[in-house]
Amino acid sequence: MPRYGMVIDTRKCVGCQDCVVACKTENNVPEGHNRDWIVTESFGKFPDINLEIRTERCNHCSETPCVSCCPTGASHIHDVGGVVLVTHEKCIGCKACVEACPYDARFIHPDGYADKCTFCIHRVEKGEKPACVEVCPTYCMHFGDLDDPNSEVSKLLNSRKYHALMTDAGTKPNIFYLV
Amino acid sequence: MNSLSRRRFLKISGATVVTAAALAGTAKTFIKSSEKINEQSEKGIKKISTYCDLCFWKCGVMAYVKDGKLWKLEGHPDDPLSNGRLCPRGTGGVGAHYDEDRLKTPLIRKSLRGEEKWVEVTWGEAFDYIAEKMNKIKVEYGPESMALFSHGIGGSFLKHLMHAYGSPNETAPSYAQCRGPREAGFELTFGDIVGSPERTDIQNSKCLVLIGSHLGENMHNTQVQEFSRAVEKGASIIVVDPRFSVAASKAKYYLPIKPGTDIALLLAWMSVVVNEKLYDVDYVEKFGFGFEAFAAEVSQYTPEWAYIETGIDPEVIRETAREMARYKPATLIHPGRHVTWYGDDAQRSRAIALLNALMGSWGRKGGFYIPYSYDIPKYPYPPYPKIEKGTVDNPDGKYPFAAGEQISTGIREATITGKPYPIKGWMIYGTNLLQAFPNRDETIKAIQNLDLMVVVDVVPSEVAGWADVVLPESVYLERYDDLNTSPFRESFVGIRQPVVAEPNDQKPNWWIAKKLGEKLGLAEYFPWKDIEEYLDIRLQLVGHSLEELKQKGIIKGEPQPIYFEDGIEPEFWTPSGKIEFYSPQLAEAGFDPVPKYTKHPQPPSGYFRLLYGRAPVHTFSKTQSNPILRDMMSENELWVNADIALRYGLKQGDKIKLKNSDGVISDQIKVKPTERIRPDCVYMVHGFGQKSRQLRSTYKKGASDAELITQYKTDPLMGGTGMNVNFVTFEMEV
Repeated sequence: MPRYGMVIDTRKCVGCQDCVVACKTENNVPEGHNRDWIVTESFGKFPDINLEIRTERCNHCSETPCVSCCPTGASHIHDVGGVVLVTHEKCIGCKACVEACPYDARFIHPDGYADKCTFCIHRVEKGEKPACVEVCPTYCMHFGDLDDPNSEVSKLLNSRKYHALMTDAGTKPNIFYLV
Repeated sequence: MNSLSRRRFLKISGATVVTAAALAGTAKTFIKSSEKINEQSEKGIKKISTYCDLCFWKCGVMAYVKDGKLWKLEGHPDDPLSNGRLCPRGTGGVGAHYDEDRLKTPLIRKSLRGEEKWVEVTWGEAFDYIAEKMNKIKVEYGPESMALFSHGIGGSFLKHLMHAYGSPNETAPSYAQCRGPREAGFELTFGDIVGSPERTDIQNSKCLVLIGSHLGENMHNTQVQEFSRAVEKGASIIVVDPRFSVAASKAKYYLPIKPGTDIALLLAWMSVVVNEKLYDVDYVEKFGFGFEAFAAEVSQYTPEWAYIETGIDPEVIRETAREMARYKPATLIHPGRHVTWYGDDAQRSRAIALLNALMGSWGRKGGFYIPYSYDIPKYPYPPYPKIEKGTVDNPDGKYPFAAGEQISTGIREATITGKPYPIKGWMIYGTNLLQAFPNRDETIKAIQNLDLMVVVDVVPSEVAGWADVVLPESVYLERYDDLNTSPFRESFVGIRQPVVAEPNDQKPNWWIAKKLGEKLGLAEYFPWKDIEEYLDIRLQLVGHSLEELKQKGIIKGEPQPIYFEDGIEPEFWTPSGKIEFYSPQLAEAGFDPVPKYTKHPQPPSGYFRLLYGRAPVHTFSKTQSNPILRDMMSENELWVNADIALRYGLKQGDKIKLKNSDGVISDQIKVKPTERIRPDCVYMVHGFGQKSRQLRSTYKKGASDAELITQYKTDPLMGGTGMNVNFVTFEMEV
């Protein structure tokens, strides 16, 4: 039983937004909304500056406030990979999950349901990588099974320093950023 | 002519091998591709091979159609430029097809130029209008008085038309307003240009030096992929830039150079390398010409001297020079792409070439490889009419090192002055001259002298608003174009073919050229029935077919050695046949045979130097209305140093206008206070603030850098227009 996650190498990311565009076309994300996005954090004073550029999305957490607050069960953890999904037909668009998510990963689709990154589960279940990983021109994105010690993502985490977002929120995110 | 012969021989011999071997390896791939395609078709999803047109890089694309509608684009897995991955513009190319602002039908203006009031006409009516005017120009002034400005491979058939009509005047702004200076600088040194795609061996570089080159923001797909590979391998990166660029954030050394002083830094670097004898001695002795004179000249430029000019610590200058030398010959001082900055750009590029020569990196792994292209003979057209007059762009060879390309602003000048002879007609394909050229007023003045101005484009660009006739072109995903045989580490030929149909009355450029040619009585120059016949004939000349290439998307040639180490005989097409450290050509033409540093004007008090660059989700000014890319970035921002912003009371998101030294005031732009830029300059992304009212989705979003670039310095070597010479101040609103 895999636990899907992502490892993103911030040393290589240039923040080009290709992941955002690829997700947009792959998943027909409506104009004005995105399932993933780029964050640029700059520290220091010119010219002594540190810059972290990274791509963000739903962290597909292991402890999911978005699922526990859902009144209809539309937000749920998928049978495969621990991927957090929303069943569109069940969702009433009440925005509870949007508020509950500490990563601002969700939005209300114009068709009235909560939408967000699915880890491209429709691709993953066919043995393909998520669209964002497949497109990245800097090859900074890696996807795989965090519970398999021989997977690429596990090896990366064992060999490099990394951080995750808002670990103090108790959500146990499954996206990690190599530094 | 002799050097051209040698180059041609090299190319032909390569092609011969390519052709023979390519045939041998085709059968297996064909079967595999065919199976895959059939499998996908059955599920309602079609995959069609093409190549990209979002910029000039021409990456191979795999386009997906789901239930008859264009769905998504991925890189073609066999394409050596994309390696199966597109940049964000290429990925967002889908939006070009769905762009609601795109041109839909031919238009003829019904009032004054620039007023953007149109009559919709049929293609026949448009061609009648154009042909009548072109025939009149030919009779009254001669065919030479027509000029063509084009960008991209789609311009090739219009170039053919222009030559058939009898005009030699055709060019692209990508030369004099972009990469021209580096071609001149490298040709003067190595006898060859950098070319496009650049022959930079980034992925194997152990030390990469980027001088004002914004890899990661300037999204030249192959180079960004290779940049990432170099970072991963732990390459030592040195970035020289007034702005802390994305590339700077990956660098071991960031040198926050004072704008306009790059040549001083380069001279100091060369001084350290020469004085400490850190250069590739064997390489220089074997291939160099005039080294002693060069060394005597550069040795005087100490890091302490350069510090006064550049503001960069002398010890950092020494340390970085030694760092470069440590990794030679796998040290690459990148030639850049958009290098028209201050008007001494060809000499700066020559200094970059010279530093590379000292590192021994030309023709070496990790430096500059020797590229190959798949040599396909041209279509066998009848000879063009004899041209009576020379081109107008460079009268009397005023710019002696304009490396075989025409100077677009020289054509503009001739249109204004009528010298050496009048230019009365402009045909513009796929380029927005009002955003590409400096000094908007000069461009409009030239336009007003025209008897005919035709714009062929996909979107109603700003310059289209000034045309007499606007012709709507199919988006690249809706049309064939000529074959792509970009020079690269391996030779290949790529196809562009229709993926989906045009939504309105748009037509492809080849059709426009052919129909207009026939109307002009030039049918003998368009003997092919359609472009498929044209492409098939060319492909058959090298033992392939259109059907085969349509299926595969990419056909590769036989791999060849690309480095001197692999057995290539080094060849330098300079007058001396060697790498010219001292340039007798430059001396004879009255220029410095070794580059010298000259001070540039600095901003007066209260003013800031205006710098501009690219964003990874847009190409110049041509993609702002693409709904997908617009969603990523719909306007630009003004980068202002955080301390300056504080002093002027500017906060994140405040809207201000800029006024330049000539009193031109921009539209509103949002402020971005940042620590990532020097206090003496401001920066914005190029291409925004457009004034075409037909571009409803992007009209006046942000400010136009082009509008504020009223001043420019013409490069005396090759005619390029240095555009980083404008100063702006903040126009505060009350």
